[in-house]
Amino acid sequence: MIEVHNVQKSFDGNQVLRGINCTFETGKCNLLLGGSGTGKSVLLQCIVGLMKPDIGSITFDGTVFTNNKVDIKQEIRRKIGMLFQGSALFDSMTVAENVEFPLKMLMTEMSREERLDRVEFCLKRVGLENAGNKMPSEISGGMKKRVGIARAIAPNCTYLFCDEPNSGLDPLTSIKIDELIHEITHEYGITTVVVTHDMNSVVEIGDHIIFLYKGQKLWDGNKDEILNAQVPELKEFIFSSSLVRAAKKVDDETDGGLAAATTDEAINI
Amino acid sequence: MVKSFGEFLLFIQSMLFRKERFAVLWSRTVDECIIIGVNSIFIVSIVSAFIGAVTCVQIAYNLVNPLIPKSTIGYMVREMTILELAPTITSIVLAGKVGSSIAGGLGTMRITEQVSALEVMGINSASYLVLPRIVAAMLMFPLLVILAMSLSIIGGYLAGSLTGALSAQEYIEGIRTDFVPYNIVFALIKSVVFAFLVSAISAFKGFFTSGGALEVGAASTDAVNNSIIAILVADFALAAILL
Repeated sequence: MIEVHNVQKSFDGNQVLRGINCTFETGKCNLLLGGSGTGKSVLLQCIVGLMKPDIGSITFDGTVFTNNKVDIKQEIRRKIGMLFQGSALFDSMTVAENVEFPLKMLMTEMSREERLDRVEFCLKRVGLENAGNKMPSEISGGMKKRVGIARAIAPNCTYLFCDEPNSGLDPLTSIKIDELIHEITHEYGITTVVVTHDMNSVVEIGDHIIFLYKGQKLWDGNKDEILNAQVPELKEFIFSSSLVRAAKKVDDETDGGLAAATTDEAINI
Repeated sequence: MVKSFGEFLLFIQSMLFRKERFAVLWSRTVDECIIIGVNSIFIVSIVSAFIGAVTCVQIAYNLVNPLIPKSTIGYMVREMTILELAPTITSIVLAGKVGSSIAGGLGTMRITEQVSALEVMGINSASYLVLPRIVAAMLMFPLLVILAMSLSIIGGYLAGSLTGALSAQEYIEGIRTDFVPYNIVFALIKSVVFAFLVSAISAFKGFFTSGGALEVGAASTDAVNNSIIAILVADFALAAILL
């Protein structure tokens, strides 16, 4: 479980995070939802240690991360896997070498054979067992995201962070990536935090959703509760999507859950 | 400027503090030695051979007094090459080639979040990415300077002989006159200092790039400009201190 206590962050007097308090639950896909410029990515960077909050603290399973000793921070960081928005694969390495890299650097007790077995397993898990010898420049955006996930889970991470995993992907590939993140989270019981503004992801994988607005947490709940949330800013955000509006219409007419309204039905409306 | 210098010192400190495992750094250093050293042999060879040749021809052109022996041309080529041209010009050439490559490479890694990926994994990115480059440069620059010295003197020999400015015997007599071995040591000390300046300044510029492709280009340009200025300032300082 990751706990965020009163995290504040500002840049040149512009306060981006205004005292965020939230909890990311273990074994669940926790979504940080919000529009552009609401501080989702800044919060994520504060959590993983790429930025230091001005005020507040972050704890990982009871161990304080912010302002702790370097050794303890390193220990926590080694349990973190992260999928970046642009995948952040190392250009000079093949796909397999990218996945092997954290094992080589962090798990020095592993033999080369064990590392290669793990790489093969991880690539197979994300459906890229035949892409190991390719360079990142030779694979598609969706494949890069899969490699990013494989690299993140390779060292048996406890916490998985995904920064807008669907950005730049077509809807079908986005759904596949969402499904993969969801499956991996539940399969390994890890704490996953996904930064997104994609309502499809909310419906697909939102076990626990935190809605940020202007640097503040306005709402949290799950995907079944979100449509009935009585927060005007959240409603405005959700129903800005014509697809969701259409799905809601189907939902009202059929008196069923949103999950029952398929994308096809929504499009037909 | 003072702020930038302070940030530069902190950057160097962060690289030395919490270093990665020796085996990892060694492997990275060997890779960088190939990129910085072996891949620069061609350009250094061409530049130094022609500089030696041009130096020889131009000295011969200016040395019209019949009372001065022609072997002086060889002597002057040697002195200029060892003391100044080989270490300084080679380092300036390498500032263009290696410096821009280091700044561009690190800048691209920064804007594509590869540096962040290393940090998130708990790897000291400065130590992993920058330290091997600096060590490799400090190992390779002196070797390239030795190569440049040799080829420059050979270039002068060929130019002198082919143009008829002086005979081969006169040239060899000149380059053997009043040889001071310390000058070689001085040149190598200079090359190590220049290597550090070029690699560290370029890495600093690249490592803290923010923005996009344009900023990466700007960081490369800044890296080369600042490295060349640093080389020239250090050249003067070392000459004043060590000679």
